[in-house]
Amino acid sequence: MTATLEVIRTRTVAARVRVGRTGYLLGAVCIAISTVMLLPLLYSVLASIKPTAEAAEAPPTYLPHGVSLDSYQRLWGYQEGLLTYLGNSFGTAVLTIGFTLVLTVPAGYALARFPVPAKEVIFVVLLLALIVPYQALLTPMFLMFAQVGLTNSLVGLAVLHTAIQLPFSLYILRNSFAAVPRELEEAAIMDGAASWQILLRIFIPPTVPAIVTVTLFAFITSWNEFLGALVMMSSSAKFTLPVILATARTETSLGGTDWGMLQAGVTISVIPCVLVYLLLQRYYVAGLMSGAVK
Amino acid sequence: MLRTGRNRWTGLAYLTPALLFVLAFTVYPLGRMIWMSLHNWSLISPPRFVGLYNYRQAFADRQFWVSFLFTLKYTALITPVLILGGYLLALLTSQKSRLRSLTRTVVFIPVVIGLGVSSLLWYWLFSTDFGVINRILLDLGITDRPLLWLGVEADMSNFAISTSVVWKVIGFGMILFVGAIQAIPTEITEASLVDGAGYWQRVGRVVLPLTLRTVLLVTLISVIGSLLAFDQFYIMTAGQPQNETATSVFYVYLNSFPYLKLGYGAALSMVLALTILAFTVVQLVLTRRSEA
Repeated sequence: MTATLEVIRTRTVAARVRVGRTGYLLGAVCIAISTVMLLPLLYSVLASIKPTAEAAEAPPTYLPHGVSLDSYQRLWGYQEGLLTYLGNSFGTAVLTIGFTLVLTVPAGYALARFPVPAKEVIFVVLLLALIVPYQALLTPMFLMFAQVGLTNSLVGLAVLHTAIQLPFSLYILRNSFAAVPRELEEAAIMDGAASWQILLRIFIPPTVPAIVTVTLFAFITSWNEFLGALVMMSSSAKFTLPVILATARTETSLGGTDWGMLQAGVTISVIPCVLVYLLLQRYYVAGLMSGAVK
Repeated sequence: MLRTGRNRWTGLAYLTPALLFVLAFTVYPLGRMIWMSLHNWSLISPPRFVGLYNYRQAFADRQFWVSFLFTLKYTALITPVLILGGYLLALLTSQKSRLRSLTRTVVFIPVVIGLGVSSLLWYWLFSTDFGVINRILLDLGITDRPLLWLGVEADMSNFAISTSVVWKVIGFGMILFVGAIQAIPTEITEASLVDGAGYWQRVGRVVLPLTLRTVLLVTLISVIGSLLAFDQFYIMTAGQPQNETATSVFYVYLNSFPYLKLGYGAALSMVLALTILAFTVVQLVLTRRSEA
């Protein structure tokens, strides 16, 4: 017995020495990896503040020799103006968040707590978009939207983004409504509260984290989505940020791409996502975990 | 349990908006796509029923195969890197320490930015004359003239784009792996420690088997994501050279929108959707088996 303990003790001491040394090594690896991951973004920001002439230099300078906001100024006035594109992207994202919540909060509530005829079938139909990629459905959707005037419209694009985002939101919300203790609900039923009052008073408060998660994912999906926006929006005044930037890349490629302006655009597009992620990291990671670990 | 005021119709009423939405914007387009794929239709002429002609045409279409095989090649190239790399990052960052969790946060940052936007960033980094990657390679003496990364040669483009996508999404698998690794009860890891198992033995015998389900899940998500690749190729190579780097989704897009071959585009979409479905089923079966 003592012999075994002795063996374990010597082993752990040896292990600790080894851990100390490898600990520093692994720390260095962590720092190296973080640097490599951050450099492209940092480099884009640096390129966006180079003066016009320097931003067009080949080969590029490693660090800016001068600082200027010229690239941002050009981006500000590009085509319909930066504000239009920011507005389109934000508008679509806000509509997507609204549509997603309005549809999936009641549906999640019903799936979690109500007896519904053919509930299983309904749930499977609602999650259909999980196995049918929206990329494959774009052509029929475009034709359908064209008939009802939803192409080239922020509302139409938000509908498409909602269709992409709906299964995930529904899944998350159904699970968190299902986790609300039954006692609270039953007390409210005894008090004669209507089902919508129970939803608002009993179910919403404890599921705020899940609602934040769903909102966050809807925002990120809509803000970043490219192919649908490319297909649905035909006039440059309706383009979202990624689409106008992709256009800026091809349009000017003959006369030389405006690299400074392009990176200013990249920087502007990245800021809201990174900010929202850093502020709400907890919700983001929670959403991924509960969405993926089925 | 008595549930007053809880009849079946109340629940259905709450479900109706979402159900109508999905019927209108997912189920109907799906049906319409199947219908379209059986018709010859180009917007200028009315649709004409042609049976399976579009499908036969697709399988005889050289570009369909070029796109399909290129997409598979891209998927085969990127998936192992994402899974192995993501897992190693998870092993590195799942331990509780300030630096490790900071690294995790940093590695995850590119996941939240747009693929289109990250492609625009890497389009510039890989640019022949204006990109910093060539500048570094030249300064280090690794090459003596700027490399033509994008849109000139398919394999070079595939490599460059894969690099950019690994940077963009490797944190996704990592985060899910970290969750799975941290969910392993500490008694189990401690027990193997007492047995005197070395670190990699422990990973192989304890950690990996207990997180296998997540590994399969992330593989599925990565494979599907790669099979649906579009943004990065549209932006970084525009399908060049000669549509050799036009992925399956890219070819669907080309047929449906610029070429307006609606029926043919729909048939290609169907093939794509069925491919994705096949991969999903295979992976689900594997996941089920690993649980048993």
